[in-house]
Amino acid sequence: MNNKRSVAIIDFKMGNLFSVSHACEHVGLFPVITSDRKLIMECAAAILPGVGAFGEAMNNLEKLNLVETIKDFIASDRPFLGICLGLQLLFSRSEEFGEHKGLDIIKGAVKRFPEKDENNKLVKVPQIGWNRINIKKANTALMNGIDNEEYMYFVHSYYVLPDNAETTLTVTNYAGLDYCSGVHDGNVTAFQFHPEKSARKGLRIYYNYKNIVLRRNKHNG
Amino acid sequence: MAKTVRIIPRLDIKGPNLVKGIHLEGLRVMGKPEQFARYYYETGADELLYMDVVASLYNRNSLHDIIMRTAREIFIPLTVGGGLRTIDDICEVLRAGADKVVLNTAAINNPQIVKEASREFGSSTIVIAIEAIRQPDGRYLAYTDNGRQHTGVDVFEWAKKVAELGAGEIIITSVDHEGTGKGYDHHLTGTVAASVPIPVIAHGGAGNKQHVKEVITEAGADAVSVASLFHYDFIAGHRHQLELNAEGEGNIEFLKSKRGYSKIEPIGLKEMKLYLHSCGVDCRQELSEIQ
Repeated sequence: MNNKRSVAIIDFKMGNLFSVSHACEHVGLFPVITSDRKLIMECAAAILPGVGAFGEAMNNLEKLNLVETIKDFIASDRPFLGICLGLQLLFSRSEEFGEHKGLDIIKGAVKRFPEKDENNKLVKVPQIGWNRINIKKANTALMNGIDNEEYMYFVHSYYVLPDNAETTLTVTNYAGLDYCSGVHDGNVTAFQFHPEKSARKGLRIYYNYKNIVLRRNKHNG
Repeated sequence: MAKTVRIIPRLDIKGPNLVKGIHLEGLRVMGKPEQFARYYYETGADELLYMDVVASLYNRNSLHDIIMRTAREIFIPLTVGGGLRTIDDICEVLRAGADKVVLNTAAINNPQIVKEASREFGSSTIVIAIEAIRQPDGRYLAYTDNGRQHTGVDVFEWAKKVAELGAGEIIITSVDHEGTGKGYDHHLTGTVAASVPIPVIAHGGAGNKQHVKEVITEAGADAVSVASLFHYDFIAGHRHQLELNAEGEGNIEFLKSKRGYSKIEPIGLKEMKLYLHSCGVDCRQELSEIQ
């Protein structure tokens, strides 16, 4: 797998990996769906997707020996992208069905949307649908060509709360709550929304991701 | 801030064809689903809903190949239903590329499958379809098999129950209004939307763009499923292409006769969204289009 366009889609047996894979192919990356440590470590980039429960996901990551693999991959400074549950898993802990430890790569917590908003109105959870992103770091290469207040597709009941506000890349408002919908820290970027389900603007993020992967390879010879 | 409402074209499929009925029956062949799907994606659909409308009768869902092809070129959520009975059926459709599945008959026959499926695949993957028919005494009862099969289940009780069991969304169909063009059933949609903590998709009865707006602003729908308005608009613009393609099953006489449908005022997705936007309804637009 010694290819400069190869991207490992980390498979921990939860969620629809095909749509992430199709989006990668669409922009000219070579996706490999795998849970094999050796294969993952050989790829030029990696994506941690996922839909489902936090605790079960961490269990699966541990069982498949992927916790250390993800940490090692990120330490190697190659581009790493987390999506949806893949964003939440990067955090220190989650309160989903009790308290669970996360990968602790980004300090902070995963919390549930409130049941009622400030006007005591029922909040529809999960949030399922399109919502706007407010971009906090204008110069991030991954957001190239994405307008502020652009709509992206969200499906989630929990949201992340980073300890360090500096890591917040995008903010979204749901039920009156401004929450972090994207983080960026060094070679790690992760989104609560699904770029692979967000039509042309979402594909633009994948396209930017490909350019980041290619550019990095060029620098490293 | 107002919630963002989804506009979801609904594609009813029979065999290889896109069909449209009245009261979920009397199917007309409209054309090849792929052509419609691609057009809706390109013009701003927020999601696509595929229903195999004869699957329940044969106990099988035949959308596998259509979904497989669609998922490669369409990058918005795909929701698939019709004839899904078991966890394995759901798994197969998700593997083909669906993001969400719709259950109706299976859930009514065995409510525990809602719990099981939402635990296995996540709540947000499981959409429950409720086909409601208003009774002479004013009650709404749930039906299955496209409004053919009486179940005796009260719609409002059932909606609360499936939410408790872990469903992520409800799509509520008024069988009485479906395909008639007389507007959505606001009482039905509004009552369900106000009583469950999960999103509710309105379906059945849109005859014009005002109907779509009203079910959002007056009945509180979180999303709206639209078929005829968009299908007839697409057909009007692509009639020649469709005639070459539509063959095989069903009643294609109507396409040949070039007749429209009197109560339907066709409209495209872009125009629909611009109209909703002008009424203060928040729905996704590509920013370049409204600036």
